[in-house]
Amino acid sequence: MHDNNGMKNNVLKMENTSMQFGGVLALNNLNLDVYEGEIVGLIGPNGAGKTTAFNVVTGVYPPTNGAVYLDREILVENYPQGKMKELYSGENKGKYTVAKVLTPDRITKLRVARTFQNIRLFKDLTVYENVLIAQHVKQKSNWLFASLMMNHKEEKAMREEAMRLLEILDLVDVKEKTASSLPYGQQRHIEIARALATDPKLLLLDEPAAGMNPQESDELMHFIGRIRKDFGLSILMIEHHMQVVMGICERIYVLDYGKLIAEGSPKEIQSNKKVIEAYLGVDD
Amino acid sequence: MIVMAFEYKRLNKTTKIILTLLLIAGCIVLTYMLDKGIIGTSYTVRIVRISVIYALIGVSMNLVNGFTGVFSLGQAGFMAIGAYTVGVLTIPLASRPNVYYLVPISEKIQDLVMPFGVALIIGGIFAAIFAALIGTPVLRLKSDYLAIATLGFSEIVRAIIANNQMWPITNGSLGLKSIPTFPSLFIPVIISTVGIAFMVLLIKSSYGRAFKAIREDEVAAEAMGINLFKHKGLSFIISAFFAGVGGGLLAAHLTAIDSNQFKIMVTYELLLIIVLGGLGSVTGTVISSFMICSGKELLRWFDLPHSIGTWKIPIFRPGLRMVIFSLLLMTVVLFWRRGLMGRKEFSWDGIYNFLRRWPWRVRRLIRGDYSKKQEEVTPNA
Repeated sequence: MHDNNGMKNNVLKMENTSMQFGGVLALNNLNLDVYEGEIVGLIGPNGAGKTTAFNVVTGVYPPTNGAVYLDREILVENYPQGKMKELYSGENKGKYTVAKVLTPDRITKLRVARTFQNIRLFKDLTVYENVLIAQHVKQKSNWLFASLMMNHKEEKAMREEAMRLLEILDLVDVKEKTASSLPYGQQRHIEIARALATDPKLLLLDEPAAGMNPQESDELMHFIGRIRKDFGLSILMIEHHMQVVMGICERIYVLDYGKLIAEGSPKEIQSNKKVIEAYLGVDD
Repeated sequence: MIVMAFEYKRLNKTTKIILTLLLIAGCIVLTYMLDKGIIGTSYTVRIVRISVIYALIGVSMNLVNGFTGVFSLGQAGFMAIGAYTVGVLTIPLASRPNVYYLVPISEKIQDLVMPFGVALIIGGIFAAIFAALIGTPVLRLKSDYLAIATLGFSEIVRAIIANNQMWPITNGSLGLKSIPTFPSLFIPVIISTVGIAFMVLLIKSSYGRAFKAIREDEVAAEAMGINLFKHKGLSFIISAFFAGVGGGLLAAHLTAIDSNQFKIMVTYELLLIIVLGGLGSVTGTVISSFMICSGKELLRWFDLPHSIGTWKIPIFRPGLRMVIFSLLLMTVVLFWRRGLMGRKEFSWDGIYNFLRRWPWRVRRLIRGDYSKKQEEVTPNA
C-alpha cells in the first residue's frame, strides 16, 4: 500500500494494536504508519479511540495486544495477560508473546513528545519555566552536583536553549507571564513549544485546533508546517477541524468504534463512502 | 481625575548585595548578643533555638508537601529516628548507667560515643534509609492514601522505639536523658541555615523545577520525561534526611527525649507551620516557624490568673492560651488563604515595593478613587 513511501524511514509503526478496557474494545487491531517528515491526521467521531491510540504510543497505558515500533525498533509490545486472557475479544490473539512496557518518561527520552486534548500546562509557573522544565530530560549531572551548582555550564546551556526556543516561536514577549493567564490559543502554542523543548523527532498533537476561531486555526496550520520544517519533525495529529486536517495532512487515518475504516490522502478520504457514513450516519 | 498607576521598580544589584550583607551581619550580631546574654534571657535563647530547629524541619516538610505536591505526614517518624540516633550516640559514658538503669545498655553500643556533628549526620542518614525503604511502596499511592500510609509509618517508628526488645538501645518508654546540649546558640543556627540553604539550592536547580512540575501536573510532567517515582523518591529521601538532622538538633535542645514527644501532634504542628507560611515558600516557612514557636510562648500570659482589683477574672486559667492561639490562626488563614507568603519568596525588590506601595495606597484612599480598579504594574517574576 505504501510503495511510494517504501524508501522513507518508518518513524512510527503501530502493528495490530488493540486496547481493551474491561469489556470495551477501545482500539481494535490498529495498523498505522508515520514516515519521516510526514504530517499524518487521525480523525473519527467522538469516542472512536483516537486519544487511546495516543496514550498507547506515549506509554500512558500498554496496549492489550499488539506492538508499536519507533524507527523500526520495538517500543512497546504486549499480549493479553491475567483476566484479559479470557476477556480479550480483539483480533490476532496469540500472535504476540512478548511483554515490553515503557513508562511515559522513558518514551519521551526516546524523542517522542505529545500535547494534550485539554491543555496541561504547568499553570502556576511562567511560560519560561514551562519550557525550561522540559529541558530536564537532558539533565546529565546528578542532584547533588546540580544543587551545589557544580553544573552551571549545563544549567546555562539549558536556559539558553529554552530562550532560543521561545525566540523561534515568538513567545519571548510572554516569557514571564503565568501560563494560565494567557489566552487559550497562545496556551496551545506554549504547549507545543514545551513539547518541542524535549527535542522530539515524532510529535503527537491531540486536537491542537480545539476551541480556536478560524483565524487562530489558520495561524496554527502555518505554525505546524513551520515547526515541521525547522525541527525536522514527523507529526501525528488528532483533529476535528476538517479545514485544518485537509489543509496540512498528507495522509489521513479514520477510526470508528476503535477500528480503522479508511486511510489515504485528504481527497480520497473526503469521497470515501464509509467515512461519510461514520460521520453522518446511514439511512435505514 | 487621573489614577496613578503603581510602578514596580527594581533595585540595582549593588544595593541588593549590600543589603544582603547587612542582613547577614545583623543576624550574626543578633545571634552573638543572644548567645552572650547581652540581650534577652536564657528563655529567649530557648525560643530562638526551637524556632530555627522547627524552621529546618518545616522547610524539609515543605520540600515534599509544598514543592513536590506529595502529601506526606511522616515527618515525626523521621525526626524520632534522628533524635534517638543522636541521643544514643552522644550520651557521655559516665552518665550511661544512670540513663539505662532498668535495662543495661547493649554491649555492642555501650562504648560507642561520637561527636555531635557525626551523630547528627548518621541520624540524618538513618532517617533517609528508612525513607527509601518505605518510599518504595508508599510513593506509588496518591494524595490522602499516601498521607495515611506515612502517618502510619511514623506511629510504627514510635511503637518500635518504645518496644520491649528495643530497651537496650532506646531505653524504651523511659526515654533518654543527659544528652549534651549545644555549647552555643551558633551551632543550631548555622546547621539550620546550611540545611535550608542546601534545600533552596536544590529547589532552584533543574531537579527542583522537576519537583514543581510534578506538583503542577503529574501526567504532563511524566510526558515531559520526568520520572515520577525517581523524583518523588529523591524529594522524599532528602526531606527525611533533614527531618532526621532536625530531630537530632531537637534531642540536643531538649537534652531529654522519649517516644511520646514524637506523636502525630508534632507532624500537625509542622503542617500548621508550612500551611501558615505558604505551601511552596521557604521564606514563609521560616517566618511562620518563628511566629508559631514564639507565639505559643508569648501567649503564656493568658494562662496566668489575672484580677481587676479583688475580682478574679474567671476566664484566665491554664488552657486559654491555646484558645487564643487557635483564634489567631483562624484569622490568619481567613485573610491569607494561601498562607502568609503564598508561593512567593523573599526578595529585596518585593520588600522595597511593598513599602513604596503604602503611601500610594494612602494617597488613593484620600483621593477617593478607591473603587477604581487597581492599576498595578507588577511583573510576574
